[in-house]
Amino acid sequence: MKTKQKIYVLSIILLILLFLYLALGLNPVIWRYALSLRIPKTIALLLVAASIAFSSAVFQTLTNNRILTPSVLGLDSLYMLIQSFIVFVFGSGTLARLGENFNFIVSVAFMVGFSLLLFRFLFKREERNIFFLLLVGLVMGTFFQSLSTFMQVLIDPNEFLVIQNRMFASFNNMNTDILWLALLISFLAVLFALKDLRTLDVLSLGRENAINLGVNYDYMVKKFLIIISILISVSTALVGPITFLGLLVVNLAREILKTYKHNYLITGAILIGSIALTFGQLMAERIMNFSTPISIIINFIGGLYFIYLLLKESKI
Amino acid sequence: MIEIKSVVKQYGRKRVLDNVSLNIEKGKITSFIGPNGAGKSTLLSIISRLIGKDGGEVYLEGQLVDRIDYNDFARRLSILRQTNHINVRLTVRELVSFGRFPYSEGKLKAEDLEHIEKALEYTQLQDEQHKYLDELSGGQRQRAFIAMVIAQDTDYILLDEPLNNLDVKHSVEIMKILRRLVRELGKTVVIVMHDINFASCYSDHIVAFNKGQIVKEGEVEEIIRKEVLEDVYDTNFVVQDIMNRRICFYY
Amino acid sequence: MKKRYLLVLLILLSIISLFIGVRKISLQDILRFEDAAMRTMVLSRIPRLISLILAGMGMSISGLIMQQLSQNKFVSPTTAGTIDSAKLGILFSLIVFPAANTIVKMLISFVFALAGSLLFMFILRKIKMKNTVIIPLIGIMMANIIGSVSSFFAYRYNLTQSLSSWMQGNFSMVIKGRYELLYISLPLVLIAYHYTNQFTIAGMGEEFAFNLGLNYNSVVNIGISIVALISALVVITVGRIPFLGLVIPNLISIYYGDNLRKNIIPTALAGAIFLLFSDILGRIVIYPYEIPISLTVGILGSIIFLYLLFRRNH
Repeated sequence: MKTKQKIYVLSIILLILLFLYLALGLNPVIWRYALSLRIPKTIALLLVAASIAFSSAVFQTLTNNRILTPSVLGLDSLYMLIQSFIVFVFGSGTLARLGENFNFIVSVAFMVGFSLLLFRFLFKREERNIFFLLLVGLVMGTFFQSLSTFMQVLIDPNEFLVIQNRMFASFNNMNTDILWLALLISFLAVLFALKDLRTLDVLSLGRENAINLGVNYDYMVKKFLIIISILISVSTALVGPITFLGLLVVNLAREILKTYKHNYLITGAILIGSIALTFGQLMAERIMNFSTPISIIINFIGGLYFIYLLLKESKI
Repeated sequence: MIEIKSVVKQYGRKRVLDNVSLNIEKGKITSFIGPNGAGKSTLLSIISRLIGKDGGEVYLEGQLVDRIDYNDFARRLSILRQTNHINVRLTVRELVSFGRFPYSEGKLKAEDLEHIEKALEYTQLQDEQHKYLDELSGGQRQRAFIAMVIAQDTDYILLDEPLNNLDVKHSVEIMKILRRLVRELGKTVVIVMHDINFASCYSDHIVAFNKGQIVKEGEVEEIIRKEVLEDVYDTNFVVQDIMNRRICFYY
Repeated sequence: MKKRYLLVLLILLSIISLFIGVRKISLQDILRFEDAAMRTMVLSRIPRLISLILAGMGMSISGLIMQQLSQNKFVSPTTAGTIDSAKLGILFSLIVFPAANTIVKMLISFVFALAGSLLFMFILRKIKMKNTVIIPLIGIMMANIIGSVSSFFAYRYNLTQSLSSWMQGNFSMVIKGRYELLYISLPLVLIAYHYTNQFTIAGMGEEFAFNLGLNYNSVVNIGISIVALISALVVITVGRIPFLGLVIPNLISIYYGDNLRKNIIPTALAGAIFLLFSDILGRIVIYPYEIPISLTVGILGSIIFLYLLFRRNH
């Protein structure tokens, strides 16, 4: 029952932060307008936190490894390639004219399509394991990166600013229409996974034990990988890449909750992720007036935490 | 009964299993022996569907195993591999509870709890049940995994070198547990064994493998013989009866 | 025996490389010591050729050393955080000592590269599950993290784009006076050659090395220092060249086996050949413009790497 109590405490912290974020600095004159800005931002924050926490937790279970995040699939690099390509070929004007909606749909479609192709190609043969898939994803990621670096260097510095803004996740200037679409897609993806959540506990015992306990391992891995790629694509296309948030929150959730059960672990990770993002945004917007995008700070902290994890653990 | 019909497995050009056919009878302990790389573990993995095969069929009580639904299969046949490295930190009881997953899908009912208790009792792990696996000795950990398989309550239990890295006392303990399972609960046990004398003392039936093929199978008296073993292992053997058991010397 | 072919190929490509470019230069011009032609040669073409050969040799040998020390075919300066640490070092020098000359920048970058690679080797020893693929994955994760630290500071100091252009591997900017630093890699390669047997033994593990009376730590430190220094040199003079240290040693080991002593010269030659070839390709594909070498190497390298992966997995 201790685990449950911790979950309650985390929920309360989140609620307080959310209240602060929404309410701080409101005044009678502009409250209506301010809230109309803040509420969508809050929803986006929670959506991104939940998507990333969920997919990272599941990903770590599938790979049986605490120090990987879905970013090794190469999706972030692909997203940056798409953005660089659009600006490089059509100019930032086109990017603006086409509208955020179009950009969002194209990006998501390409990212999900790429992952499906990758999975399909790799799972055709039995002996190929998930690590093999990751290495291929990484190579593709490096490949995408060299392509986009090439374009970025050629782009005019003013246009480059447009790309740079997209390199780092930001919750400002979000389009509400996309938000609803993103919410819907992510919701459907999670719904598709919901009934198999308990299977994740078994998957964390490794392939052989999972098969022994009656789990269709290969099918489950494929299914969860597809869900992960959808969630990551949607949240990346919505706000931009936040690479190490997942690493940070899932490991913190493990540390705090000390459980192997995924229903707690995932709930905890989502709560911690939401707390981290809300707190970061609160600090950035209301208190410090930070000019640095929140994702850079989170990647920075997440990265340091990763190094700490590597050094602390006696075995990995 | 498990019927294996001309099963083939190859990695690249190398045939690990070459047209192997075998019947494994119910209610007995069957041991697979043979030198390293003879295909014993591979066959075990194929029977339990951990790896695919390149030819042939496996039937579980007349049913083609590939046609059996995953969950159903897990209620009838369980496998324990030799490397059981788990990345998650679990207590003994939590591990054993996983054995009930095919029945409970994670929500334990009264019946499941009964099975878990029984499995812990069988393996004498009641006192250790709240300890974490990484706090246990090698023998206790192996017993914990066997307890999980017992909780799974399948008619067929397959074990891949369960005595690996265990000292004499713990090896005997484990073999006694397995014998009891066969005697009291009517389970069918298939073991891959390296220690021929353990195979000789505890099996009902022995299958000798070499180079991906079955060299000979039969009762203990038929297999634990100088000619057969020398043929299988390509080493000199002396076989003697000591206290009504067949014991071999090969040093 | 095959070494001879590699040498012939290298010479052939070198000659081609000298005579390709916007300015047409014929053999007669050279023989007549025609002034403009000679200037182009001395100022631009020859420096470019030499830097290509040096960088190619240096990076492929760095990869070979790292693979030997970590006993993993997929480890290289790019997959072990060395390059990204060197990048962080450049950024650091750009922010803290913007006026410093290239040598100072190189030294700072070297210190960072060394620290990053040593961190990787340290972590490597803790990894229990020595799956062939998990080690490079951890290395790349580490590289990404160091990269994210870089982008944090680059963003704050508005250096993102200039860092991008600095890191983009490119030989078209190499002219006389801006590449000579790369000559330092020559003695480094010789030192590496001298230490081959020690690297092989150290690769077998700490206990094994101790048993043979070898000081494991000092050998690893020497190896990693060589790698870090070469990486820093290459990054500072020409930028990041992905895959080279990964692909070339693997290709060579298919033909020559895993004996380091036997491999080291063919690896160096093949690295230079591969880089020269990619450079020539980049110069002729959209002539008279150039595709930066990081792109051609990136494409060729990722194709070869995927081929190697699938081949291994087969």
